[in-house]
Amino acid sequence: MDASPYLPSPRFARWRRWKSGAITGILVACALAVIAPLFLVIYFLLVRGYSSLDWSFFTQLPKPTGEVGGGMANAIVGTLTLLAMATVVGVPFGVFGGIYLAEYGSDRANDWIRFAADVLNGVPSIVWGMVVYLILVVPFKTFSAYAGGVALGLMMVPLVMRTTEEVLVLVPQSYREAALALGIARWKVIMVIVVRTALKGIGTGVIVALARIAGETAPLLFTALGNNFWNHNLKEPISALPLQIFAYSISPYDDWHRQAWAGALVLMALILALNITVRVLSRDRQSTL
Amino acid sequence: MSTLPETARIPAGAAPVRVAAAPATASTADVPVEAEEVAFDIRNFSMWYGQRQALQEITIKISARKVTAIIGPSGCGKSTFLRSLNRMHDLTPGTRLEGTLRHFGNDLYGPGIDATAVRRRGGMVLQKSNPFPTMSIADNVLVGLRLNGMRDRSVLQERLEQSLRMAALWDEVKDLLNRPGTSLSGGQQQRLCIARSLAVQPDTLLMDEPCSALDPIATAKIEDLIQTLREKYTVVIVTHNMQQAARCSDRTAFFYMGRLIEFDNTRKIFTNPSNPQTEAYVSGRFG
Repeated sequence: MDASPYLPSPRFARWRRWKSGAITGILVACALAVIAPLFLVIYFLLVRGYSSLDWSFFTQLPKPTGEVGGGMANAIVGTLTLLAMATVVGVPFGVFGGIYLAEYGSDRANDWIRFAADVLNGVPSIVWGMVVYLILVVPFKTFSAYAGGVALGLMMVPLVMRTTEEVLVLVPQSYREAALALGIARWKVIMVIVVRTALKGIGTGVIVALARIAGETAPLLFTALGNNFWNHNLKEPISALPLQIFAYSISPYDDWHRQAWAGALVLMALILALNITVRVLSRDRQSTL
Repeated sequence: MSTLPETARIPAGAAPVRVAAAPATASTADVPVEAEEVAFDIRNFSMWYGQRQALQEITIKISARKVTAIIGPSGCGKSTFLRSLNRMHDLTPGTRLEGTLRHFGNDLYGPGIDATAVRRRGGMVLQKSNPFPTMSIADNVLVGLRLNGMRDRSVLQERLEQSLRMAALWDEVKDLLNRPGTSLSGGQQQRLCIARSLAVQPDTLLMDEPCSALDPIATAKIEDLIQTLREKYTVVIVTHNMQQAARCSDRTAFFYMGRLIEFDNTRKIFTNPSNPQTEAYVSGRFG
C-alpha cells in the first residue's frame, strides 16, 4: 500500500518545522522588545529611586542647597493640584465638545472639528506652554498655578473630546428613540439617558487623559514655573513632580540626583495607578454597556 | 380573553380563495364604520429619505381603541409609517414629507407643533427590549414622568404600580423594584418597556415587532397584554409574523414597496383578500 498522500516527505516536514520555529522565535523577540522598555524603566526607577524614598520624602520641603535630606511634599501636592485644575478646565470643554460631535454636529462640521482635535493632539506640549505664557503669564506679570492648570487642561480637551464622542456613539440608538418616544425633551434624553449610560466610558477617557498629562514637564516650564516652598496662593508659582525632577536631575549634587530618581519613581507609580484604574473601570464596562 | 395563541385560526395549507379581478387601488382604506372613533386620519401621506421615497400616498384611517396590524415584506415602509405616527423621523437628517396626518383632528405635522408633545401621546415599543441600563425597574417606569417634571411622590408611586399592573408585570417584580431593569428576562424586559411607555399616559401604543426577539411563551404573554390594552389604547403593531397579526389584531394593513396595498378587517385580509398581492403574501408565496 502506498503512503498516505497527506503525509509530507520527512525532509519537507523537517524544513517546515524549522521554518515555523524560526518565524515564531522572531515574533516572540519583537514582542519582548516592545515591552522590555517598560520593565527597564521600572527596574531602574526601583534600583535608583527606592533607596532614596523615605517618610521625609513625602512630608518635607526641599532642603536648601548643600543640606542633605528634605523631600518633595510640595511637588506631590502641586502635581495633584495641577491635575485637579486641569480637570476643571479640560473636562467640561472636552465632554460637551464630545456630546456635540456625537449628538448634534453635522457631518461637515464634525469633520472639521475632529481634524482640529487631531491636530491639537499632535501639538508639541512646549507650544501649549508658550501659548499659555502669552495669554495668562505675561498679562498678569506672574507665573501661577492657574497658568499651569490651564496649560495642562487645554492638552486634555482634545483627548477627552474624542473618547467622549467614541463612547457616546456606542450607546445604542434604541435608547435615544425609546426616551424620545416617552416625550422627553432631546437635551434631557442626551444628558440623562445617553450620557449617563456612557458615564463610565467618559470617566475612563478622563483618567486616560490625566495619565497622559500627569508627567508633562514642558507646558509647566513657563507657566507653573516651580516653587521650593508650599504654594498658598494659586496666583503664585507652584511646584510639580516633573519640574522638581527636571531641576534636580540637571543639578550637580548627588543627593539631588537621588531625590530626582525617587521623584521619578513616585510619578511613575501615580501614572501606573491611573492606568490600572482605567483597566478596572473598562473591564466593568464590557459587562454593562 | 384567550390565554394561548390560536394558531388554528388560519388553516396552514388552505390557500385563500383567489379573487378574479382586484381593484387597482386600496379602495377599502376607509374601513372603520361610522360609529368608530378615528384616531389617525392620514391622507396622501408620502415620505422620502433623501432621494428615496419610502412611503407613497398612504391614505388610511386608524380606529381608536382597536389593534391595527401592519404587515408586509422587509423594506416595504411599515416601520417608517409607524414612526411617522410619532414624529420619530424628525431627527433623521434628509427626511421630507407630504400629505396630512391628523390625530383626533389635530395635524401632527402642522406648523408650530411641538414634536416632544406629540411623542408623549404615542408610546413606542421597539423590537429589542431596551430598559435603560443605568436604572432600576422602578426608575425605568418613572423616567418619563420624572424628566417631564413630576415630583409628587404619591403620584409617582401610584403610577408605578398602575403601569406595571397594566403591563402584567407587577406580580413578578413588585419585590424587585430596585433591581436593575436589565436583570429581568427578555419577555419581562419587553413588558417593562411597555410599562415605561404606559406611565406617561399616552393614548396610542406603537409597537415595532415587539415579539420578534421573544420565545413563544413570552410572545403569548405580550399578545394577551395587547388584548387588554386595546380597551383603553389605540394599538398599532408592525409584525413580520402573520399568525401574530391574525391572532391579535382587528384590522390589518398590507404594505408593499412603500404603498398601502390593502386595508381591511383582519379576518377578511387573511381569508378573503381583495388584492392578489395581499393574497400571495398572506399565503406565503412571496415576501
